[in-house]
Amino acid sequence: MSLAKPMVAERLERPVSSRGHSMQIRGLSAYYGAKKAVDGITMDIPANHITALIGPSGCGKSTVIRCLNRMHEVVRGARAEGEVLLDGENIYGPGIDPVQVRRLIGMVFQKPNPFPMMSVYDNVIAGLKLNGRLDKREADAIVERSLRQAALWDEVKDKLQASGAALSGGQQQRLCIARTLAVEPEVILMDEPASALDPISTLKIEDLMQELRERYTIVVVTHNMQQAARVSDFTAFMLAGDDRVGRLVEVGPTDEMFTRPTEKRTEDYITGRFG
Amino acid sequence: MEASTVISLTLGKTDTSLKRRKLVDQIFTILVVLSALIGVAILALLLFYIILRGAPALNVAFFTERPLPYGEPGGGVAPAILGTLQMLAVAALLGIPIGLGTGIYLVEFGHGRFAEAIRFTVDLIAGLPSISVGVFVWSLIVRHVIGNFAGLAGAIALAIIMVPIVARTAEEMLRLVPDTLREASLALGVSRRRTILNVVLPTARTGLVTGTVLALARAGGETAPLLLTALGNQFFNFDLLQPMAALPIQIYNYAVGPYEDWHTKAWGASLVLIGVIATLSLLTRWATSRSSFKAR
Ligand SMILES: Nc1ncnc2c1ncn2[C@@H]1O[C@H](COP(=O)(O)OP(=O)(O)O)[C@@H](O)[C@H]1O
Ligand SMILES: [Mg+2]
Repeated sequence: MSLAKPMVAERLERPVSSRGHSMQIRGLSAYYGAKKAVDGITMDIPANHITALIGPSGCGKSTVIRCLNRMHEVVRGARAEGEVLLDGENIYGPGIDPVQVRRLIGMVFQKPNPFPMMSVYDNVIAGLKLNGRLDKREADAIVERSLRQAALWDEVKDKLQASGAALSGGQQQRLCIARTLAVEPEVILMDEPASALDPISTLKIEDLMQELRERYTIVVVTHNMQQAARVSDFTAFMLAGDDRVGRLVEVGPTDEMFTRPTEKRTEDYITGRFG
Repeated sequence: MEASTVISLTLGKTDTSLKRRKLVDQIFTILVVLSALIGVAILALLLFYIILRGAPALNVAFFTERPLPYGEPGGGVAPAILGTLQMLAVAALLGIPIGLGTGIYLVEFGHGRFAEAIRFTVDLIAGLPSISVGVFVWSLIVRHVIGNFAGLAGAIALAIIMVPIVARTAEEMLRLVPDTLREASLALGVSRRRTILNVVLPTARTGLVTGTVLALARAGGETAPLLLTALGNQFFNFDLLQPMAALPIQIYNYAVGPYEDWHTKAWGASLVLIGVIATLSLLTRWATSRSSFKAR
C-alpha cells in the first residue's frame, strides 16, 4: 500500500465501513528551529481505539500529535525526524505528499476554528469543496451524514445557512469535528478538543468520541486526567526533563496506567503530586 | 466595630475614586466625540463648498461634450471623464493584481532578507512623490517605449502609485487572518494555494476591498504624473497610445486659466471627479460584497 497519489485516491474510495487503521511512531523527534522539543518517541496507536496523550503543560503533547499528520512542519522552521507509520507506511517517506497525509489523518484543534466567512453547510464540506468539485445532492448527503455523526444535526438542521461563527462554542467544536469527518479520514487527531468548552459540551464531545471509535482510530491530547481515564483505551504519559525536551515515560492500557503504573513519575503525576 | 470602620473607610475611598474615574471617562468620551465631529465637519464643509461652486457648471453638455475654447458657450468634460475611466481601468488591471500578489507573498511566503527587501521597496515607492513617478514613466515609457505622450503611460504611472497602497493594506489585512484558520484548512488536506485562495482571501475580503478602493481613489485624483505622461487632450480619445484627457488635468487647466467661467468649470469638474470616485468605490464594494465561496 502506498501513500503516493494514485494509491491515496484508491484508499479514499474505499467504503467508510472499512476499519482498522493503526499507526506506529518510531524514534520521533521534533524541533522548532534549533530547539529540540520532543525526543525519541516510540509507541503504537492501535486501530479503532482511543489513545490519550497526557502530561504537564509544555511537555510536547501538541508537538507530537501535530507530527502525526505532518502539521508540525507548517510552523516556520519546524521539522521532525524519525518515522510515523500509517498501516505500515512511513508518512515521512520520500515522495509522500503531506497534503494527502492530512486527508487520511484529520485533526481537531483546541480552540474551535470554524471558517467565519462560511455557513454551517459550507464549513462541513469545506475540505471536499476546497479540493475539487462536488455536486449539490452529493454535498447535501455528506453534510447531513457528517453532522449526524458529529451529533450536531438536530441542533443545526434548520440553520445550515447561518454563519458557522454564530454557533455556541460546543457546537462550533462539533462542527469542526463534522468538517473533519466529511473528508472521511482514517485517523482523527484531537488536541485538547474540550478544554475550551463548558462541562456539558465536554461530555457531549466525550460521548461523541466513544461513538467515533467504532469507525475511526483516535488520538486525543488532554491534560485532564479524569477525561483520559473516562474516554481512552490506551494512555501515553509524557514528561519534559530538566533540558525541557519532552519524552515518553510510559504507555499502556488506560486502566493499568491509572491503577498500577510501572513508573514512579507516572504515579506521581496521576496522583497529582506534580504537574 | 473595628471591622465596620474599616469597611466604611474602604467604601468611602472607593466612592471618590469611582467618581473621579467616571469624570475622566466622561471627559475622554467628550474629547473623542468632539474630534470625530470636527473631522466630519471639515469634510462636510469641503463637500458643501465644492457643490456650491461646482453645481452651476453642471448640465447635460458638461457630461457629454468636449471642452470648447474660451468664448464659445457650452462645452464639457466628457473626454476627461472617459480618459480618467480608461486610465483607471488599465491602472487597476495592472496595479491591483501586482499589489495583491505582493501582499500575499509578504504574508504567506515571504520571510528573511528577500521579503525585507521587497517590503522596503514597497515603502520606498509609497513614499515617492507622485511627480517623481511621472518623471520616471515619462523618461522610460513616454520617451523610449511609446515615443509620445499616451493614456497607457498615464495608466502605468497610476498603477505604480496604486501598487504600494494595495500591497501594504493587503499585507496588514492578511496578517489579521488568524493562523488557526490556515491550519484548519491545511489539516483538512487542502493545499497551501487553495487555502490562500478560498480561506485566507475571503476572510480578509472587506479589508482587501478597502485597500483597493483607497488606491483607486488616490490614483483617480493624481494630476502631476498625468501631466508628464497622458498630457491631456481636448478631444475624445479611445486610443491608449495617444495623449488622453483626465479629470485632474482638466481641473488643473481650468483652474489656472484667467476666466471666471473656467473657474466655475474647474469646480464642476472637481464635483464630477468626486462623483466618479464615489461611484467606483460603491461599485467595487457592491461587486465584491457577495460571498466568493458558494456551493458549486
Ligand atoms: N511554535 C513554536 N515555536 C517554538 N517553540 C514552540 C512552539 N510551539 C511549542 N513550542 C515549544 O515546544 C515545547 C512543547 O510544546 P507543546 O507541544 O505545545 O506542549 P504541550 O502541548 O504539551 O503543552 C514547549 O517547550 C514549547 O515552548
Ligand atoms: Mg498543547
